[in-house]
Amino acid sequence: MSHDSSAIPARGKQIEQLISIFGDPVDVTMPALFVYGHSSCGKTIVLNHVLEKLKVPHVVVNCTECYTNSVLFSAILQGLSGDNDLGSWKCDNLNDLGRNLRKVYESQSWNETVYIVFDKAERLRDREVNLLPALINLQELTSLNFCVILVSELPWEKFYNGVGIRQPFIVFFPDYTKSELGEILCHCRPDGVDREFYQHYISIVLAVFSLACRDLRELKHLSELNFSTYCAPVKAGKFDEGDKHKLWKHVEPHLKEALQQLYLRKVSSEEWMKLHDITESGDATVLKPVKNSDTIELPFYSKFLLIAAYIASYNPASTDKRFFVKNAGRMKKTARSMKKDERKNSHLRGPHAFPLDRMMAIFYSIVDSRVPPTANIFSQISTLVTLHLLAKIGHEDEIDCPRYKCTVSLDFISAVAKTMNFDIVRYLFDFV
Amino acid sequence: MSKMDKTLLENAKSIIKERLCKSGYSHNVRADIDIAALDLGNLLQRTVEFGESNSVLVVGAKGSGKSTLINRVLEDIHNDSKNAKNLLIVKLNGYLQTDDRIALAEITRQLKLENTIGDKVFGSFAETLAFLLEALRSGDMSKSQPIIIILEEFDLFAQHKNQTLLYNLFDIAQAGTTPLAVIGITCRLDVMELLEKRVKSRFSHRQIYICNPSTLENYVQQFTDVLLLDKAFGKTAKHKAFVKKWNSHVENLTKNSSVLEILHKQFNYCKEASPLHQILFLPVCSLSQEHQEITPADIAESSQLIFNDSKANILHGVSVLELCLIIAMSHLTNIYEGEPFNFQMVYNEFLKFSQKKSHILQNYTKPVVLKAFEHLIELELLKTKDHFMTHSGKLQKEYRPMILLVDHSQLREAVAKYPGCPTDVKQWAESSIV
Ligand SMILES: Nc1ncnc2c1ncn2[C@@H]1O[C@H](COP(=O)(O)OP(=O)(O)O)[C@@H](O)[C@H]1O
Ligand SMILES: Nc1ncnc2c1ncn2[C@@H]1O[C@H](COP(=O)(O)OP(=O)(O)O)[C@@H](O)[C@H]1O
Ligand SMILES: [Mg+2]
Ligand SMILES: [Mg+2]
Repeated sequence: MSHDSSAIPARGKQIEQLISIFGDPVDVTMPALFVYGHSSCGKTIVLNHVLEKLKVPHVVVNCTECYTNSVLFSAILQGLSGDNDLGSWKCDNLNDLGRNLRKVYESQSWNETVYIVFDKAERLRDREVNLLPALINLQELTSLNFCVILVSELPWEKFYNGVGIRQPFIVFFPDYTKSELGEILCHCRPDGVDREFYQHYISIVLAVFSLACRDLRELKHLSELNFSTYCAPVKAGKFDEGDKHKLWKHVEPHLKEALQQLYLRKVSSEEWMKLHDITESGDATVLKPVKNSDTIELPFYSKFLLIAAYIASYNPASTDKRFFVKNAGRMKKTARSMKKDERKNSHLRGPHAFPLDRMMAIFYSIVDSRVPPTANIFSQISTLVTLHLLAKIGHEDEIDCPRYKCTVSLDFISAVAKTMNFDIVRYLFDFV
Repeated sequence: MSKMDKTLLENAKSIIKERLCKSGYSHNVRADIDIAALDLGNLLQRTVEFGESNSVLVVGAKGSGKSTLINRVLEDIHNDSKNAKNLLIVKLNGYLQTDDRIALAEITRQLKLENTIGDKVFGSFAETLAFLLEALRSGDMSKSQPIIIILEEFDLFAQHKNQTLLYNLFDIAQAGTTPLAVIGITCRLDVMELLEKRVKSRFSHRQIYICNPSTLENYVQQFTDVLLLDKAFGKTAKHKAFVKKWNSHVENLTKNSSVLEILHKQFNYCKEASPLHQILFLPVCSLSQEHQEITPADIAESSQLIFNDSKANILHGVSVLELCLIIAMSHLTNIYEGEPFNFQMVYNEFLKFSQKKSHILQNYTKPVVLKAFEHLIELELLKTKDHFMTHSGKLQKEYRPMILLVDHSQLREAVAKYPGCPTDVKQWAESSIV
């Protein structure tokens, strides 16, 4: 059987293998296949390509979207029957699924293999234990020529639960090499762009991103969004297409910024494009600082409360005296005796829970000015909890002595402390 | 393409593919199945011919041939028994009939009694079942039709509330008033312990055990049998010549020392039929006019694919940054003797390394590193320490205690095989000091 796999570079072998496995449509084939490989390594595109190409009856369901059995089962039945009437394929147990599958199979007078693809199959593990083994056995259960294809980013061991589950035939999609990534990205270049010019751009993109991310979907997205920046000086007539080095210098900082903002989804694609709007002159775009969404404005006392909470979370209670009781002796004598074991370092271990009165003691000692009535303070504490800056620990029934944890990062608290001219690092045991 | 237009090779391919893929059938069974088939056959014959009741359990590992046995016995009865046309067969499967209500509806359906039962309402499960069986007694004769009820994945029925279905079926079989044979099929060797006392006491305690092949000779024989063609392939001279040529190539293949070595290795690893079939699957699928015979190289290649280490496959595809985090975690696990670690500690190790040793990795900010860490969690290369799960919602993700699921030797192999792994990363993986 001939096929054209040039639309999908670097997956020729997988396409060939699947075509060979599927074979003659009327033959019996493996009851279940398990297709795995890293995200974006072409599992979906290759399977769809082959199933369409061979024109075999099939349906693809996504196990994340089909979050209950009845949604999953009706999606399968609707997909196969081509009948979108929701009511007619309602079923919520495997017995009805089996009967309905037979109905569909017979009504379409099929005699060939019918493929049911379960994308994100790892989600099936969260359902009843018997769903997955039952689906794998669908061919035997229905005595019909079904082939179930499970698609996942996880290897099969992660699905095996020990009992009676038959191992499907496993097909692995290897990750793309760096040169394959380059080839595919070039293959997907915008219409009318010179291949060599784009190839050079892609090599810069890969140089900046590939150590951190080899996911084709991400790389494709990032390269598409930043290409106009790369081209801008050429369009404006400032550089020549061949000025590789200048173009590199021009785009590299821009891509590094993209790694921080775009890749981490701090800004959306639209915001990114707007932010880096290409100026007509083609000047290297000035990177406007993105407003840091990590800081929020808090009332005066809330800031001190948060600082107190942070200190209470990260310092051992035994050191409070040293930091907060006036004339409590010199630091020097403790500096060595308290030499830290890295394992005890709270900034590695994470915050400890503390009782409210400890936090209040620290709070009163760091706020020099007069403090408002306690009722007001307590309402500010609950606001901090609502904002998820503090977490209340323990059961609801322990309300008489609540314990808290501070959940903000060192960077965050340092920024807050700075606005209060409070040098927090001096009060943190891990840093003395 | 209809079966007629196929070439002989394509025909052979279809036949062998069916043998490899269709579970519950085998054209050529091992001797032990033949013996069991005789036993079970006799038992069922007594139900079909003389109206005796009985119950039996068939127990054996998955893929050992339980369904094959049942299907063969049913086929024999169908062919040999005089009373076969009266016989009713009900096939249930624990995967499909997930509770007794569904099971009863399915029994009704398979006995074609949906109309008879209409919308009658019954007080209990037992009453319904009794009504169904009564309905099968033909009016003129006082003799009722023999029924064989097969319960595949029998152990799952034992999980149904009160084991009502099992209790009632065994109860009827024991009472002997209806010619009923109940056959349970299970891979649970401890199946008897799953039964409630009242259910157990009504069971005949007849059990048939099926085992996977126990000798290498049997195993190799199974490999050969599945490939060999027989007279049924075709009567013409052309067919006969093809069969002769094909079978001699199969004999040669199974004498080849590298093939035998692979089979030996597979046999030691797992004695089930299905991995054996899987090894043959790709070589059979890729038969074509250009490649008319299975070669030892085909077998070697496909067994290599099957023995492929999937964790190594996954590790091969992570980014350098992710690989570095795994190295950091491996060091932490080593230093703290298997105690859990958290992201903050891993990040700290990573910083020490990237600042002192590796310039290429310096530019990654904490959120980028955290994203890499989270990807490793998604790949289930590390997991949250179990008993922390309950609180972990309260804990920031940076501090959640985690353990690494990649051991030191897997990591070394991964680093060695990693395409273009930077030298300083390699060295870091080897040493423990930064
Ligand atoms: N070899 C390839 N050639 C062209 N595009 C590809 C290739 N592999 C993946 N893609 C593209 O990358 C994206 C992710 O691929 P997909 O098949 O969805 O991956 P997976 O299902 O393995 O996560 C899609 O947009 C797809 O079109
Ligand atoms: N005794 C046997 N001889 C030859 N092949 C067998 C034998 N037992 C099982 N097989 C093969 O193993 C596969 C699985 O058998 P099956 O009867 O479905 O196992 P079980 O029902 O015990 O899980 C079948 O495809 C069959 O071809
Ligand atoms: Mg996909
Ligand atoms: Mg079976």
